[in-house]
Amino acid sequence: MRIEKQIADSSPKPTLAVHKFTSCDGCQLAFLNLGEALLTLSELVDFTHFAEAGPVNPEASVDIAFVEGSISTPDEEQRIKKVRENCKYLITIGACATAGGLQALRNSSNMDEWRAAIYPSPEHIDALETATPIKSHVRVDFELWGCPVSPRQTLAAVRSLLSGVKPVLEEEKVCLECKRLNTVCVMVAKGLPCMGPVTQTGCGAICPALNRDCYACFGPAENINTFSLTSRLHEIGLSAEHISRRYWFINNFTPEFQQAGHNALVANKHDSKERR
Amino acid sequence: MTQKKDVKIHVPVLARVEGEGALELDIENSQVASVKLRIFEPPRFFEKFLEGRDYNEVIDTVARICGICPVAYQMSAVHAIEHIFDIPVHPTVRALRRVMYCGEWLESHGLHIHLLAAPDFLGFANAIELGAAYPEEVKRGLRLQHVGNKLIKLFGGRSVHPVGVRVGGFYRLPTRSECDAMVSELKAAVEECAQLVLWTASLPLPEDEQEFTSVALQHPEEYAMNEGNIVSSLGLSVPADQYQNHFEEIQVPHSTAFHSHLHGKPYLVGPLARVNLNWDSLHEPVQQLLQKTAIDFPSKNVFHSVIARAAEMYYALLEAIAILESIDLELSPVNVTPKSGVGYACTEAPRGILWHRYEMDQHGHVIKATIVPPTSQNQARIEDDLRNALNKFDLTKSDEDIRLHAETIIRNYDPCISCSTHFLNLTVNRKCGES
Repeated sequence: MRIEKQIADSSPKPTLAVHKFTSCDGCQLAFLNLGEALLTLSELVDFTHFAEAGPVNPEASVDIAFVEGSISTPDEEQRIKKVRENCKYLITIGACATAGGLQALRNSSNMDEWRAAIYPSPEHIDALETATPIKSHVRVDFELWGCPVSPRQTLAAVRSLLSGVKPVLEEEKVCLECKRLNTVCVMVAKGLPCMGPVTQTGCGAICPALNRDCYACFGPAENINTFSLTSRLHEIGLSAEHISRRYWFINNFTPEFQQAGHNALVANKHDSKERR
Repeated sequence: MTQKKDVKIHVPVLARVEGEGALELDIENSQVASVKLRIFEPPRFFEKFLEGRDYNEVIDTVARICGICPVAYQMSAVHAIEHIFDIPVHPTVRALRRVMYCGEWLESHGLHIHLLAAPDFLGFANAIELGAAYPEEVKRGLRLQHVGNKLIKLFGGRSVHPVGVRVGGFYRLPTRSECDAMVSELKAAVEECAQLVLWTASLPLPEDEQEFTSVALQHPEEYAMNEGNIVSSLGLSVPADQYQNHFEEIQVPHSTAFHSHLHGKPYLVGPLARVNLNWDSLHEPVQQLLQKTAIDFPSKNVFHSVIARAAEMYYALLEAIAILESIDLELSPVNVTPKSGVGYACTEAPRGILWHRYEMDQHGHVIKATIVPPTSQNQARIEDDLRNALNKFDLTKSDEDIRLHAETIIRNYDPCISCSTHFLNLTVNRKCGES
């Protein structure tokens, strides 16, 4: 029997865990901010482990485990393996769990220096050299992107599983959502350095709707052309460093954005050589 | 001869707090020998990766320190940066930032009272169990939390990591009709919120008066949120840029969060400290409602924090309504010209004062950032409270009872462990002298 069908048929009702790793707690709020819908959800599933909401059973077997946060300490490396062993279906929620998050910026830095710069006694700080996504450590069944994920995304995933089907991936670009919402393109109309053309939607295209440029907090969309966006950002007047910072932000550790940020800097070096 | 016995209680994760922490308690001869609030929230090094970012990137970055109070981080950052650039805050922007902050107080306080704190006081393990016994109260709380989220969304597009704040003002101001619709929703919540205040005062809260110093922002004309001096119940009154002359951050080996001291001693920040220090600035209806509860403020019982929190939700509703009803939404764009320099700001996050310092170059890029979140400021006070309260508690009781009481004390501070930019399971080591 398919795993989704098994989950839907769980008796008396499917069990659900929410685990936290290195994060800001903001994605768990996709549950805690549901308002009265939270009570409805608690009738449909059994929250076996959700420390921030109360139930603490981190090692209990569950049907669905939602995982927030990236792996950044030796303890977390061990803990995520147990979470995997104890669940049928693992869903990452948010940029940290899915792509390493903002804190993955340290992966290209000297951690000893950073520790020493912030903490007077750095020897007490137990942290790995890197902050990495869950999929670098264990198998992930489904990924929800976004910083933060929205209740719409988490509820849709739970609903799909309760109906015995695989959740649907949203990978299309922010641009398409802007068109549907009738939002005027901020890049075309205002010359803003919008990341919408390479960013997946799911946020509701809120930045352009507020007259500002998207900053790619939902991560790379499918089939993106970062080369083309980078040259447009050059034309708008952004420096190579600024363009690389646009890619190396919330989802800096995704291969697509890593490469694009790097290319923006390298291309600039070639240009200056040619000019000379 | 005295036989010594070690008792250990180990609880892997402290429930109903934001983030992760642990508590280690050593009990010797029925006296608390040592208390260590261990905060093992993995360090994320925000202050380092802010370096090199430009001023508006800072606003989007610092939100990610805390999913529960992103507005607070954006407010402290935007004011510190405007301080560096010498940008005066336009009265309309000033008022609307207050409204947005009211949204976060409603959301964060609503979440804490109902989902995190109330189960302790009424003897339930969590809000879902509480909701089965007190369905109307929990639904009311979730509705009020939801109204707060909508208020944040009005300015920021979403309630977690909102995207509307920028140096100089907002990317987009709400329209008159959006404000009117919001006001109707807020007005519909006023009576429920008044009921909430009275309900929190009727909870069977522990009686535990202690000596402590309250610290909060204070403003001569309003209940302080974004502006004012940092004041203490011992008479301190200093602007944000003098914070470091009086407050000190100390690293302790058992925690990734720093401890903060005022003149070498622990202090309290947050709703109770604010109500204690700023009673006079509360709206009259809020004062009258609190007077009905027969609890005198200033209060020395930190468990009254839950009432102060509810009262601040009531205040936030009334304040947001008053501003949105009368605000003139016409605003010409503000010119932002970066300057080099050092800027400071301190604002009132739901959990207490949040202090930021930035050093920037002439392009408005960060050279150095320092952030002192409220939870690291409360951490030393929490340890003090645990020592005092548990020594008054009957320590011959079961480890389970001691654990629950200790957790209740900690949760009452609404510690936001994720916030601890640079921040519970419980271990009790009991040495009993038995004759």
